[in-house]
Amino acid sequence: MKALQVSRKVARLGLARMASAVSSSAAAKVGPLKLVSIDPPDPLGAGWQTVRTRLSGICGSDLSTIEGRASTYFDDLVSFPFTPGHEVVGELADGTRVVIEPVLGHAARGFPLPHAGAAPGDGDDYAHLALPPLEPGIQTGFCHSTGGGWSTYFLAHESQLHGVPADMTDEAAVMIEPAAGGIHTALMCWPSIAQTETPVIAVLGAGTMGLCAIAGLRRYIPNVHIVVGARYPHQQSMARAFGADEVVAPKELGRAVRRVVGCHMIGDYLSGGAHVTIDAVGNSGSIQSCLQITKPRGRVILMGMPAEVTVDLTGLWHRETQIAGSYTYGTESMPDGTSRRTFDLAIETVGEYDMGRMVSATYPLDDYEDAIAHAAAAGRRGALKVAFDLRPPQQRDTENH
Amino acid sequence: MPRPGFVLEVDRNTPPILFWRGENFSLEKLPAGRSRVIYAPEPLEPLVDIDGAIRHALLNPIDHDPLPELLFPGMKLTIAFDDISLPLPPMTRPDIRQRVIEAVLDLAADAGVDDVHLIAALALHRRMTEAELRHAVGDRVYDAFAPRGLLYQHDAEDPDQLEYLGQTPQGEDVEINKRAADSDLLVYVNINLVAMDGGWKSTATGLSSYKSLQHHHNPQTMEATRSFMDQHKSELHKSNWRMGQVMVDSGVKVFQIESTMNTDTFPKPFGFLSKREWEWNARDRASFIASSSALKRTPARIARNIFHSIEAPHQMTSVQAGEVDAVHKVTTANVWKQQLVEVQGQTDILTMGIPFICPYNVNSIMNPILVMCMGLGYLFNMYRGKPLVKEGGVIIMTHPTPWDFHPVHHPSYIDFFEQVLSETTDPHVMSKKYEKRFAEDEWYKHLYRTSYAYHGVHPFYMWYWGAHGMQHCSRVIIVGGDVKAVRRLGFTPASTMDDAFEIASDVVGSSPTITHIHTPPVLVADVK
Repeated sequence: MKALQVSRKVARLGLARMASAVSSSAAAKVGPLKLVSIDPPDPLGAGWQTVRTRLSGICGSDLSTIEGRASTYFDDLVSFPFTPGHEVVGELADGTRVVIEPVLGHAARGFPLPHAGAAPGDGDDYAHLALPPLEPGIQTGFCHSTGGGWSTYFLAHESQLHGVPADMTDEAAVMIEPAAGGIHTALMCWPSIAQTETPVIAVLGAGTMGLCAIAGLRRYIPNVHIVVGARYPHQQSMARAFGADEVVAPKELGRAVRRVVGCHMIGDYLSGGAHVTIDAVGNSGSIQSCLQITKPRGRVILMGMPAEVTVDLTGLWHRETQIAGSYTYGTESMPDGTSRRTFDLAIETVGEYDMGRMVSATYPLDDYEDAIAHAAAAGRRGALKVAFDLRPPQQRDTENH
Repeated sequence: MPRPGFVLEVDRNTPPILFWRGENFSLEKLPAGRSRVIYAPEPLEPLVDIDGAIRHALLNPIDHDPLPELLFPGMKLTIAFDDISLPLPPMTRPDIRQRVIEAVLDLAADAGVDDVHLIAALALHRRMTEAELRHAVGDRVYDAFAPRGLLYQHDAEDPDQLEYLGQTPQGEDVEINKRAADSDLLVYVNINLVAMDGGWKSTATGLSSYKSLQHHHNPQTMEATRSFMDQHKSELHKSNWRMGQVMVDSGVKVFQIESTMNTDTFPKPFGFLSKREWEWNARDRASFIASSSALKRTPARIARNIFHSIEAPHQMTSVQAGEVDAVHKVTTANVWKQQLVEVQGQTDILTMGIPFICPYNVNSIMNPILVMCMGLGYLFNMYRGKPLVKEGGVIIMTHPTPWDFHPVHHPSYIDFFEQVLSETTDPHVMSKKYEKRFAEDEWYKHLYRTSYAYHGVHPFYMWYWGAHGMQHCSRVIIVGGDVKAVRRLGFTPASTMDDAFEIASDVVGSSPTITHIHTPPVLVADVK
C-alpha cells in the first residue's frame, strides 16, 4: 500500500528545518517525509481493527514535524518510522464509516483505565505512552505500531473509534478531531470564568484550531463575549460565522479587548483585559501578546504547539497570570456540571456549524509535496483545512455530489 | 500694494500647478480650457505698531467700557486664550497671544488686580506642552504664573472645574469652566485665522465640556451648516451664539479681544509655496526640485520634524476688543479682506492638496481621519455662498494618507479607525452607536486629562466636520494615498492625478470642469 512515512534521519530533519525557511514544499522535498510502498500493518490483536482511510487532514503539528521544527520533547514519545495523519475519517472492513480519537490511551495499550468510562486522553500519568506492548507514540499518526491516516490502511483500537452519522459527509467528519481539540480548549476556559456574568475571551489566531475554539466557546460557554484576532479575510468571516462578537486584525486585538472591557493601557499591557485568552498561533510573539491582553489573574491557554519560545515573563509574574497548555480531548466537565466526551460534543458541533466547509482542498497522496505546501500557506492562499483524499474516484464523486 | 486673490483659467501655456502632498508636494498639469486655479490674495501689510494697536483696542473697545474701567483691586480676573490649534503654522515669536496677554496684565497690574488666572481654552483638544505654552504666552508670563498654578489648561473632564449655567431655548446645555464663569471679568484672547474662529465660539466651545459640545458638534448641525466660514449660515455658530446668550444671562462678563493675521505663511526658503507658478523664478524652481526630491528620500518622521519646525512669519493685521458680537463683526470683515476671492460658478471637480498641518496635528501626525477632516471639513468649507463643487460632484485630494497615528496625541483615533470606520462611515450611525462609548471611556479621559491626548470623542468630531462635504459630493478620491487607509475612509484611491480624473469621469463625464483651491495660504471662495 501507499504510505507517507517520517523517518528519524537527523540530517533530513535539519535540512527540512533549513528548507522550511524557503518554502514548505522545499521542506517536504528534502525532509524526512517520503512516499513509500509498504505492506499493510500487521493486526495487533483483540480490540484492534484495520481502518481504510477516506480523508485525512494535515494539521499544524504534522507540519512542524515535516519541517523539522518539532521539539525534542517528542523524541521519547514517538516511534520511527511513522505514518502521520491523526485527523482521519475512514471505514472498517464492514464498510462502517468511523472517525478516530487518535490518543493511544490506556485501553489501546492494555493498561487499566484511570477511571471507569475514561476516554483515551484521560489520566494524569503518561507512562503508558512510552511503554510496551505498543511502541511509543502519543497518538495515531506518531506511532510506528499503528500507522496513521496518510496511508491506505492503519490500525485503530476500538476505544478510538466513533461512528459517523449517516448524513455527515466525509469532509465534515474529518473536521471532528480538530473540532474536539477546539471544544476542549473552550471548555478549559470555564473554571476561570464560571463566576463571571459576561466573560470576555480573546482568541488570537483563526486558523482551523482557532476557529474550532470559537465554535466551542459559542456553543458551550454561556454569555461569553468573544474577541478574535484573525489575519486573513476568509478567517475573519468564518470567525464571525462561528459566533465571534468582534473580529479584528491580530495587531488590533489588544485595543479591541480594551474597548470591550473598558480598561486602560499601561505601556504594552492592558490594565485589565480578557478573562481568558486563547493563543491559537503558538510562537513567542503570540504568547507575549496574549499575556499583554489578559487581565491580572486571568488565564492564557496555549492551543498552538509552541516549541521553543522567548517570552518576557515579568508581566506574568506581576499579574499572576496562569498559563496552560491545551493538547487534546477526553472527558469534559460541562458548565452545567455534567460530563461529556469531547468527541461526542465535536460530532454535534461539526454538524451544527457545517464545518465541512472548512475543508478547502484535497490531494491524493502522490501529490503530497503540493498538499504540504498548500497546508503550510493555507492562510495566504485563502484555505483552512487541507486533507489527503484516499477514496476511490467513484466514491469521491459520489461524496462531492 | 498686495494683489487680491486671483482665479486663473488654465490654458495650454499654464505651467503645472503645485499640489501639497502632506510633507511634500508635486506639480500637476491640469486640463486646459476647463480648469481653473484659485490663488489666495497676497498678504496684507501687517500693523506697523502692533503693541500700540493692542493697547488702543483695550482702551477703545467696541460697545464696551475700556478695559481699565473694568479692573479693580480684589477682583477675580481670568484670561483665557486660544490653544495650539491656532495659528497654522505656529508663528514666529512673539506670538500674538503673548503680546495681548502682556498688555492685559500690564493694565491689571496698574489697577492692582492680583487674582489673575490664565487658562488655555482647550475644549477637548490635547493639552499643550510646557514648550508650546511658553511659545504662546511667552517666557515672562509663563514663569510668573505657571509655577504658582495660575496658568493652566481647561479640563473638560474635571467636574470641580465646570459650572452648569443652564439651557438655551433649544434645550442646549451650557457648561463652562468654573473659574471663567465665576470671575468678575473673563478676558478672551483670540486669534482669528479663519472666519470660523472667534465670537461666542471662543468661550462657548473653548471653555466648555462634552455636555455642551455635543449639542453643536454633531452630524445634524454639521450637515445643516453652509459653511463654517459664514457665521450667519452656520448652525454651529448659531448654537454657540445661543450659548453665549445663556452666559450673558448668567452674569458671565466677557471682554473679547480678537485679532486677524495676514497670509504670510512660509519663511523664505519655502517662499515658492506661496507664489503663483508662472511667476516662479529660477531660484523658486530650483528650490522646488531640491526640496521635493530630497523629501522623497527622507523618512516620514524626519520630514514631519522638518515641516513642523516651520514658524510662519504671518503677522497681525487688526486687533479689536470689547463686546463679543460687535467685535466679531469687525474681525470677520478683516478676515474677509485678507482671504476672500470672488469665484464665478461651481465646478464638477474640486481638487485640493492636503498640506502637512491642520489644527489638530501641530507637532504630530496627519493621520487618515485628519486628512478627511482637512479635505472635507476645512478645504471644502472654504466658501461663502455656495460650495465650490457642485452637488454630486467629485473631490480629489492629494496626500499620502499613511496608516499612521500619533499614539500619545490620538489614542482614540486609532480605535475609531480600527473599530468604527471598519463598520461604518455614516456619521449618523456612528454617532448613535459609538460616540457616547468613546466620550465616556475612562482611559481616554485619563489620557486627555493627564497626558497629551485629544479627548476620546474627538475623532467623531473630526468625522462630523466633513459630514456636509461627504453628503454633498458623490465621490472622494485621494491621489497617492495608502490604498487600505483610503478605502477604510470610504474613499477611492488613485495613483496619479490622471487616474483620478479617469475615475471621476464615471460621475462627472469625460470633460468636467475642474477647480483647484491653491492653499495654503488660506483663502475663502466667494462663490457667485
